[in-house]
Amino acid sequence: MAIKDYLRERFFPHLWCPGCGHGMVLNGLLRAIEKLGLSKNEIVMVSGIGCSSRITGYVDFHTLHTIHGRALAFATGVKIARPELNLIVPMGDGDALAIGGNHFIHAARRNIDITAIVMNNRIYGMTGGQFSPLSGENISATTAPFLTIDPSFDVVELAKAAGATFVARTTTYHIQQMTDIIRQAILHKGFSVVEVLSQCPTYFGRKNKIGEAADMVAYFKENTTPMGSKAKQENPYLLERGIFVQEEKPEYCSLYEKVVQKAMKGQ
Amino acid sequence: MSKNLKFVQGNEACAEAALYAGLDFYAGYPITPSSEITETLAYRLPQIGGKFIQMEDEIASLCAIIGASLTGRKVMTATSGPGFSLMQEALGYAIMAEIPCVIVDVQRGGPSTGLPTHGSQGDVCQARWGTHGDHAVIALTASNHQDIFSITVEAFNLAEIFRTPVILLFDEVTAHMRERLVIPQPGEIPLVERLKTSVREGVDYHPYLPREDGRLPMSDFGGVHRYNVTGLFHDMWGFPSSEPGAVHGLLHHLVDKIENRADQLAHYREYYIEDAEQLLVSYGSAARSARHIVEDRRLHGERLGLLELQTLWPFPDGIVREKCAHAKSVVVVEQNMGQVMQAVKLAVENPDKVFLANRIDGVFITPSDIINILRLIQGKGV
Repeated sequence: MAIKDYLRERFFPHLWCPGCGHGMVLNGLLRAIEKLGLSKNEIVMVSGIGCSSRITGYVDFHTLHTIHGRALAFATGVKIARPELNLIVPMGDGDALAIGGNHFIHAARRNIDITAIVMNNRIYGMTGGQFSPLSGENISATTAPFLTIDPSFDVVELAKAAGATFVARTTTYHIQQMTDIIRQAILHKGFSVVEVLSQCPTYFGRKNKIGEAADMVAYFKENTTPMGSKAKQENPYLLERGIFVQEEKPEYCSLYEKVVQKAMKGQ
Repeated sequence: MSKNLKFVQGNEACAEAALYAGLDFYAGYPITPSSEITETLAYRLPQIGGKFIQMEDEIASLCAIIGASLTGRKVMTATSGPGFSLMQEALGYAIMAEIPCVIVDVQRGGPSTGLPTHGSQGDVCQARWGTHGDHAVIALTASNHQDIFSITVEAFNLAEIFRTPVILLFDEVTAHMRERLVIPQPGEIPLVERLKTSVREGVDYHPYLPREDGRLPMSDFGGVHRYNVTGLFHDMWGFPSSEPGAVHGLLHHLVDKIENRADQLAHYREYYIEDAEQLLVSYGSAARSARHIVEDRRLHGERLGLLELQTLWPFPDGIVREKCAHAKSVVVVEQNMGQVMQAVKLAVENPDKVFLANRIDGVFITPSDIINILRLIQGKGV
């Protein structure tokens, strides 16, 4: 199936700002789905609120655009009700890890077969450039006119600690890697987390004088490195990319089926 | 003894009724005094191949059942005041996206953590207006276990007919009290199943285009029709729209489909109303004491009657106005500071004849509490 067959073209042009990284994530995501040859009827995409969450409107799957932070809770309901469906949940950084942080760690703990994509642009874009729990320190934002003092989460470490069985990081510069990682994340039987560093030139870039979209993407190229690379040993400030965790563990819906078998035997 | 005859808590009656109605997906979070509903279904649902999940909080529970409902399942969650507060945003979502689901609020003393193990009826107005924005809701209640059973089944039926969340407002007293319950035979209470679209694959399906009778046939997620569901104002395909005509039309649809059918949705019981000089209006556990006092005073020749409401929202204005028309005074018996009394005052021709008999200290309102208040209203002193 051609990429454009996955799109609801009547809703284009999309609402993202020029230079926004979210369209690049959409690109990588659809190429991954195309490679997997999934049919549109077997995909349910669930999102919350924010720039990133508008992605559900543009794709021709079963789409559920919900409330802020709770996308994973809705997705959990869909998945348990219909375990044969593929659940993909794109979220922004604030959506996933501020208001949605509780649902994020519990979905990971259950190891339910959902693919969570954290589109991390380190800012609340839709509401006008407030800092998020992934902004980090010394960042300028509309709610941090004197720069942030809040440390950030490390999505990879958080997901690992919470029990996710597939954890990866990539960026909008590394589109081939992004496609491959998302493909593997969807294939993975269990809770998978893919953090994609994405750029918000409108708020994060402009406020922090990082430059235009292209400069921000170049920043991802220059400041990240493949996991375990020699470059990382030489420069510990580089952020690692790649698949950090990929392990087989019992998946939640499969375990629930065993509960049903046990309960029915006791009848 | 018949297998269908049980001696159970109200919470168990509610859980049994949900299973009778076809519940096959439940998500919940522990909270007093509703936990027995969650516990009962944790045991019973897997036995019939249904789905049960204990979520991380109450709003997640409501979100999960909304997701499951979209796949065609009959769904429910249960909670109490603090959890019901936490659910309000998702409740508004279910109203806006027109998702059939049942939400049980077993009321306890509030506000805040309040009185976790004591009865109250303080969430009546929260059920009506707890979530933001203009909207309509259906909220039902009952005073005894047999009625808890039938009204719970009715909640599932109304959720399907109106594609809307239905709230069951029970309270700690009936929830934890044990009494006789006869489980009806299958088919004894009619069940409404999900209305599914007959639109074939490849033909344009409009999930949000009501039929002539106002109902909206659904298509299960995972089926042949792919559409969008959102809490934003949306068009007939479910895609976001802020076009004024679409916004105006959708808001009217959401409110009118319920408010315009208030009489049809009104469930109530009446005792000695015809010649009643003084009419009690009550509901839930408080109606038990109210009924007791009516039966008792009738033996003494006093013309006292009772209107027991089972539908609280949409408020049955027409019925209340009609039933109260000939009474010299109307006394609303409830365990809050007058939440239904306000609605009764708005409904009747002469609001000055409406009084409140209440108790708000966590202690169940007794027949003697009511009789004392009636004597005060009648100018007789206690």
